[in-house]
Amino acid sequence: MVNWESNVFPGILGRTCDRPCEPACRRGRVEDEPVAICRLKRVAADNKGDVNAFMPQAPKEKNGMKVALIGGGPASLTVARDLAPLGYEIHLYDDQKAGGGMMRSQIPAFRLPESVLDEEVGYVLNLGIHTHFNTYVSSMKDMLEKDYDAIFVGTGAPKGGDLPKLPGRWDCKTNNIHLGIEWLASVAFGHTTRIGKRVIVLGGGNTAMDCCRTARRLGGEKVTVVVRSPFKDMKASPWEIADAQREDIPILNNMPPKKFVVENGKLKGMWFEQIAAVYDEHGKRSLLPTGEPDVFIEADDVIIAIGQDNAFPWIERDLGLKFGQWDMPVVDKHTFQSTLDKVFFGGDAAFGPKNVITAVAHGHQAAISIDLYCRGESVYHRPPPMTNLISQKMGIHEWSFDSAVVTDLRYAVPHVEKQAALTNRTLEVELGFDAPTGFREAQRCLNCDVQTVFNTSRCIECDACMDICPTSCISFTLNGEEADLRTRLSAPANNLEQDLYVSEDLPTGRVMIKDEDVCLHCGLCAERCPTAAWDMQKYLYQVSKAAPIWNISAL
Amino acid sequence: MTYIKPKFRHPDMPTNQIGYSKSDYEGAISTLCGGCGHDSISAAIVQACYEMSVEPHRLAKLSGIGCSSKTPTYFLSNSHGFNSVHGRMPSIATGASLANRELIYLGVSGDGDSASIGMGQFVHVIRRNVNMVYIVMNNGCYGLTKGQNSATADVNAASKSGSANLYPTIDLVGLALELGATFVARSFSGDKTQLVPLIKAAMAHPGFAFIDVVSPCVTFNNKPTSTKSYDYVREHQEATSSIDFVPSRDEIVIDYREGDSTVVELHDGSALHLHKLAPHWDPRDRASAVNRLLTAKAKGEVLTGLLYIDPGSQDMHELEQTVLQPLNTLQEKDLCPGAEALGKIMGGFR
Repeated sequence: MVNWESNVFPGILGRTCDRPCEPACRRGRVEDEPVAICRLKRVAADNKGDVNAFMPQAPKEKNGMKVALIGGGPASLTVARDLAPLGYEIHLYDDQKAGGGMMRSQIPAFRLPESVLDEEVGYVLNLGIHTHFNTYVSSMKDMLEKDYDAIFVGTGAPKGGDLPKLPGRWDCKTNNIHLGIEWLASVAFGHTTRIGKRVIVLGGGNTAMDCCRTARRLGGEKVTVVVRSPFKDMKASPWEIADAQREDIPILNNMPPKKFVVENGKLKGMWFEQIAAVYDEHGKRSLLPTGEPDVFIEADDVIIAIGQDNAFPWIERDLGLKFGQWDMPVVDKHTFQSTLDKVFFGGDAAFGPKNVITAVAHGHQAAISIDLYCRGESVYHRPPPMTNLISQKMGIHEWSFDSAVVTDLRYAVPHVEKQAALTNRTLEVELGFDAPTGFREAQRCLNCDVQTVFNTSRCIECDACMDICPTSCISFTLNGEEADLRTRLSAPANNLEQDLYVSEDLPTGRVMIKDEDVCLHCGLCAERCPTAAWDMQKYLYQVSKAAPIWNISAL
Repeated sequence: MTYIKPKFRHPDMPTNQIGYSKSDYEGAISTLCGGCGHDSISAAIVQACYEMSVEPHRLAKLSGIGCSSKTPTYFLSNSHGFNSVHGRMPSIATGASLANRELIYLGVSGDGDSASIGMGQFVHVIRRNVNMVYIVMNNGCYGLTKGQNSATADVNAASKSGSANLYPTIDLVGLALELGATFVARSFSGDKTQLVPLIKAAMAHPGFAFIDVVSPCVTFNNKPTSTKSYDYVREHQEATSSIDFVPSRDEIVIDYREGDSTVVELHDGSALHLHKLAPHWDPRDRASAVNRLLTAKAKGEVLTGLLYIDPGSQDMHELEQTVLQPLNTLQEKDLCPGAEALGKIMGGFR
């Protein structure tokens, strides 16, 4: 439940997330790889057992307010999850046959089994959500005329990027040039089951990776990904690139497409230029031809996966809902309210394509706004997040958290045998950590949630904490300006984004300064402290929500 | 239980002139009480050896018995070590030094080990001017046996047991000065700014370098009635000088005001810059040191810093004119002069 409370889709995200958390993981500051946070969420989700009894319930007595959610993706589902327990009557509209949005249509089943998706979408829909599937909302005006107290737009970025001006694009009379996200949706819903033996995938993002790997499973024997820019600028997550390469898919870089070759209406292949990225002194990139001969690649099918865009053809522009740059609606960055008071946006629909976890974050905030708005309160008076701090001391050398720091390197998630994976589109490639490996991986965590809390009045300045600290985080010195202080510590404090923890003045006139940057939270400072001036205290943070979903402090 | 120190170290730790970082001078995790002054002294030794770019295999650490004498486990795990019988570390150090004068000898002892059971050994190692650093971690009590008063406890001071000490104290610094020690200093475990340069200077000193370090016993002798507590020492500490150890390879850039500072040149070309705080005191004048010590004592102050140094110190090897090589490298031809030479020697006795 801890896993689910803010994340909402731990089983899904534990398989598919872009992992913005892992670059922030402090394990990466003391060794090469962060903790496999994403895959640990999956382990926790997969091994949780039956949680139905813990799930929030929608009250039988409704509060009389109706909210429409347009789009059935992660942002809308999060709004639904947060608002339904408060008694709102929620109506969810989506043109697909089931909920999940792009998680269902674009993420291939070999990365995300349908059962996992159904389960986690189900937890939300079971809160008494009124679903209107296979329903394309074609007019915002119509929606506004219905009796909804608020409308949330979570329609994502549904338009796949195309190359309409590339020579030969429209010459192909057979249906062999596809748009990535549309093609993936068509595969997901079973409309497409085959592809040619030779396939070119254009693009370097995660959609391109999903397309090429799906193509391999639908009969594509020679699948090639071609990226116009250098390898290192590819938008796809490194692990997804690695997974594609593991399935014998070459990725060619620095090759912008030049033209499609179509003979008698039939696709033959594509010509590509060869370029090199050149950077000027400001780091600005230009792609210049290298002069090498163009390259021809044969193909039976081409999948264009070069990004996706927002599209709001269904929102009339005379409703008072303002659109700004790039034909995007004007949306408040904190409240997610549009210029039309009762209409809120979230997910990719709000500020352009990002990722699922960002959509969930938007959903939580939009739900707060919708609740405040419906209650007639200012959407700017937002509730604070829940935080608390509890001592973990159990004895002189004993803590209620795993303080020991292991040196294990990041564990790799096992995969199914390649041949089996490539012959079954729905066979999940990643097997997930087994419980013992998951436990060992979790032990790599440096316990950022456990804070080292210093009590100045208890300190006798014996230096024990400073002497024992394995990563030289603690110093006792005269106070001063921060820039100067950073040069006088036990170890260089070069991470300027990390504030220094500076105590009040001590009896000798010095102060205790801790540079949190590479603290291991091993608790040795607190164990060596004779006066308990140091304590290890667990910090909990629950992102603000419209209603408490699951009260961790009640555990 | 956390008796394991994590392996990770700060990734940006600098290295010294021989490419080692400070962690290369560390030892096992301490099993002393948390907050023990001895741990601070261990850390100061680590810091000093790191700053001096000592090659760990060129140093031998020696100790007797007691809390203090456990500490060599907690620093310099890559150095040689000998944990001797109670109070007998000086003879081991003397023997080791005679056998191999190329190593740096670092003796660690306590007030019980040196001022009681090992007093006989202590005075003779001073007299012989054995080339070593001799650190006494002085907490005025027997911490390992639950804090009974030791011979260095001050009169009327009371430890955790509450009963005041009836007997006069043995001042090891005064004793060392009296016995002709060539380097005498006192410091405080809670003052690394002073202690680290003192240890460095002591290592550079050719001869017996004695540092008495007041080191509070946080468990048994850190009470308001104690004179070796953190608070008492901080309130009563008076330093002879602030001290900078300047290795020969460093250019001297500190500009002292004339009259305030004294430079003591050491035999290896390094120098001690003493920024004097105490009047009527010259670090090269034994009588002024004794005088200063007694004045401070009368005022109830704990006089710290370098008290006396004899830059012309001649250690045991120079006095004895011993062989330069370590004994174990001497070959038969070095040791047996042959029948002809023996005949000449015998002839000299006829």
